[in-house]
Amino acid sequence: MKTQDDGRARPEPIKAVPVRHPGRWIAVAVLTVLGAQFIHMLLTNDQFMWGYIFDNAFNPPVLEGVQTTLKLTVGAMAIGITLGVVIAVMRLSSNPILSGVAWLYTWFFRAVPRIVLAVLFGNMGVLYSHYTVGFPFSGQIADLLGVDLNGTLFSVDANKILLPIFAGLLALALSEAAYMAEIIRAGIQSVDPGQSEAAAALGMSRPLVMRRIVLPQAMRVVIPPTGNETIAMLKDTAILAAVPVTNELFFQLDAIGNREFRPFPMLVAACLWYLALTSVLMVGQYFLERRFSRGHARTGQARTRLRILGKDH
Amino acid sequence: MPDRPDDAATSPGRPGMTEFELAESGEPDPSAGSDAPMVRAEDVHKSFGRTEVLRGIDLEVERGEVMCVIGPSGSGKSTFLRCINHLEKINAGRLSVDGQLIGYREKNGKLHELSEREIAAQRRQIGMVFQRFNLFPHKTALENVMEAPLKVRRIPRDKARVAAELLLDRVGLADRASHYPSQLSGGQQQRVAIARALAMEPALMLFDEPTSALDPELVGEVLDVMKTLARDGMTMIVVTHELGFAREVADTLVFMDEGRILEQGPPPTLLTTPTHPRLRDFLSKVL
Repeated sequence: MKTQDDGRARPEPIKAVPVRHPGRWIAVAVLTVLGAQFIHMLLTNDQFMWGYIFDNAFNPPVLEGVQTTLKLTVGAMAIGITLGVVIAVMRLSSNPILSGVAWLYTWFFRAVPRIVLAVLFGNMGVLYSHYTVGFPFSGQIADLLGVDLNGTLFSVDANKILLPIFAGLLALALSEAAYMAEIIRAGIQSVDPGQSEAAAALGMSRPLVMRRIVLPQAMRVVIPPTGNETIAMLKDTAILAAVPVTNELFFQLDAIGNREFRPFPMLVAACLWYLALTSVLMVGQYFLERRFSRGHARTGQARTRLRILGKDH
Repeated sequence: MPDRPDDAATSPGRPGMTEFELAESGEPDPSAGSDAPMVRAEDVHKSFGRTEVLRGIDLEVERGEVMCVIGPSGSGKSTFLRCINHLEKINAGRLSVDGQLIGYREKNGKLHELSEREIAAQRRQIGMVFQRFNLFPHKTALENVMEAPLKVRRIPRDKARVAAELLLDRVGLADRASHYPSQLSGGQQQRVAIARALAMEPALMLFDEPTSALDPELVGEVLDVMKTLARDGMTMIVVTHELGFAREVADTLVFMDEGRILEQGPPPTLLTTPTHPRLRDFLSKVL
């Protein structure tokens, strides 16, 4: 095509009348009217009280709530991912007990709604007033043998460790681990079995193969859904208002609204806050995904990035 | 299938190939039963479910011997190769490498399964090259070669790097050390894979159709590396369709069909005067 040495002139570019799209114009007209109505409502309905929203949406307690929400998100995701890797590896283990336990775990924590789990954990104090770490069943064994034996190593007051925030964090983290385990399992299974085979043929042990060869390659598949999970987790921290975790963003905004008998504007404020926070995360996710979808491209740049992100130290 | 023109070095002799000092590592370990053959298979059987893939393989490979295995697809050649380093478990018979039973220990006349760690240890002395290369895509060529010495043999990083660079040089890829597998041609990837296997200083090298996934013009460079390896005295078992290579390099040629060895002997004899009708039939199809 580049060589025009056969003497023929290059044909003129095609000039054709484009297809009309009347449907598009109708849709634009309808949506414009609806959008105008919505904005009209936002601006003219006094119930929104925009001034009030902006006066209260940046109170110190609210800002502390933002911090708590971010900390909870990071904490729950960190625990969730770590535990998720363990459960995924257990699930794929050839040991039927390990894989069975992993299955049971994901079954339970995916079946129970997060809000139920969170409130349940928040009320765990009723089980025992003290939580102790010691030798299992030492009390029962001592009774059985008729001797006085104290197998307790240390003991803490339930109300001290089962602070609502820890209960809530634990609920979110354990639930997240179940979802992350499934994601990571899919990632591990997406890696070509030839990779483990080649590594095994080099004399690498199974844990080594998993850590050095399989998991880094699974990252490419695991990263994008993990971004989604993080965004979902940020939103789910609002559930903890029901535990109640009192210094959490939604609880704070809701409390201000209730205290001043103006709940609606503060609920709008909550929408705006979560919108802002998730938008920031979505930008981050966009870049992460772009990086990792390029993982298999033939460019050294993408490879290098993949390596940096996938490397363990 | 046209034969490739041979490269300059056609004599199968073994003069002092001083440019490949590392070949010393390919010499057998004198500590193990050094009078035993490198590989001994006695009536090896292997089934996948109800399909019997190997139906009694008897075979011996001496130290320094190069054996090529040919046969139609589905004849069990690759499966047999994979049994040798225990990527597949055999169902019956005995298979030993360097006098050591593969996958089992014999105690008081009873076989005990080896633990995964012991199996991993056995695999260290056996290098394997795959049809589809199976390089680690998230590591550079150099890192691919360094990985096992670093993590399995626990050699210090600087030493492992020097050794890996020498190996890459040996397969003619010193200038590609920092390339990722996706940036290399098939032939280059396979040569890195050979270097990676050699980095464990194996006593035996297994090649599972190493050139079958390559474009025709890239086959030669891989075979050349294998030829030098053979010339340096490495014990090799090569499953291949390259009859020219087999004729030139192999000490023994084995013809397998339907899970059995039907004929074996020196390549020229087998290739020019095949006695078994199936081998004659096979040769008439591939030549």
